[in-house]
Amino acid sequence: MAEFKPRIRLDKKEVKKGETVDVKTLVSHIMETGFRHDPDGKLIPRMIINTFTSELNGKFVFGCDLESAVSANPYFEFKFKPEESGTLKFTWIDDEGVRIEATETITVT
Amino acid sequence: MWESMSRREVLNVGAGAVAAGVGLTAGPARALNDYAEQIKKFTGGKTPVEGRVKLDLPELAENGNTVPLSVAVEAPMAGVHVEEILVVAPANPNARVIRFRFSPMSVPEASTRIRLAETQNVIAVAKLSDGTFLQATRQIKVTIGGCGG
Repeated sequence: MAEFKPRIRLDKKEVKKGETVDVKTLVSHIMETGFRHDPDGKLIPRMIINTFTSELNGKFVFGCDLESAVSANPYFEFKFKPEESGTLKFTWIDDEGVRIEATETITVT
Repeated sequence: MWESMSRREVLNVGAGAVAAGVGLTAGPARALNDYAEQIKKFTGGKTPVEGRVKLDLPELAENGNTVPLSVAVEAPMAGVHVEEILVVAPANPNARVIRFRFSPMSVPEASTRIRLAETQNVIAVAKLSDGTFLQATRQIKVTIGGCGG
């Protein structure tokens, strides 16, 4: 199985209530479109990350449904105002059901 | 072709092509996909209002394999938040590009990188928690297509 290596960058990990955190995420994945053919002319089956979610202490923060048109090694940037301190969990799920997970800790004062 | 048509004309032609089940032959361009259907499905048949959505794409992408895309919705009224944003690409093999999902904690903006098969008008439709839909369209020229078609 391929190495996925998620990378997360938060612009700050300690914020005052009401402040915005900027999150950048990157994960390595081929994102095979399902539209390409191999040298023998056979269609290469689709193999993409189809879902990404981010949760704070289990509460949904941001997510997306991906299609073939998202580039290889999907990158997302989003912003949110954390309501409480805790664990920010990131989950990517691909067409084979492989889950890639990463966490970050956020402190709200 | 695209340049000489207004957005409304493009939409009409697209809808006509879908309805008739035939391809639109715009020179080398491939037939438009079912993007109008996908938007309709997303809005439940409501017509999105043009504006208040900022869709950022480069004017020209030399490589359609990785095109930076940013979308943001102008701060809605208090108590109303952006629930989802759907991005469609009418000249890609598959109309749907990505659907962002937001929460009340979210700032209604997001960025990613996408693949575009050719020059086209990318459309972003935002769904607000009060049941209204907003839309923005942006043309992008693509030199080398990136859908591996």
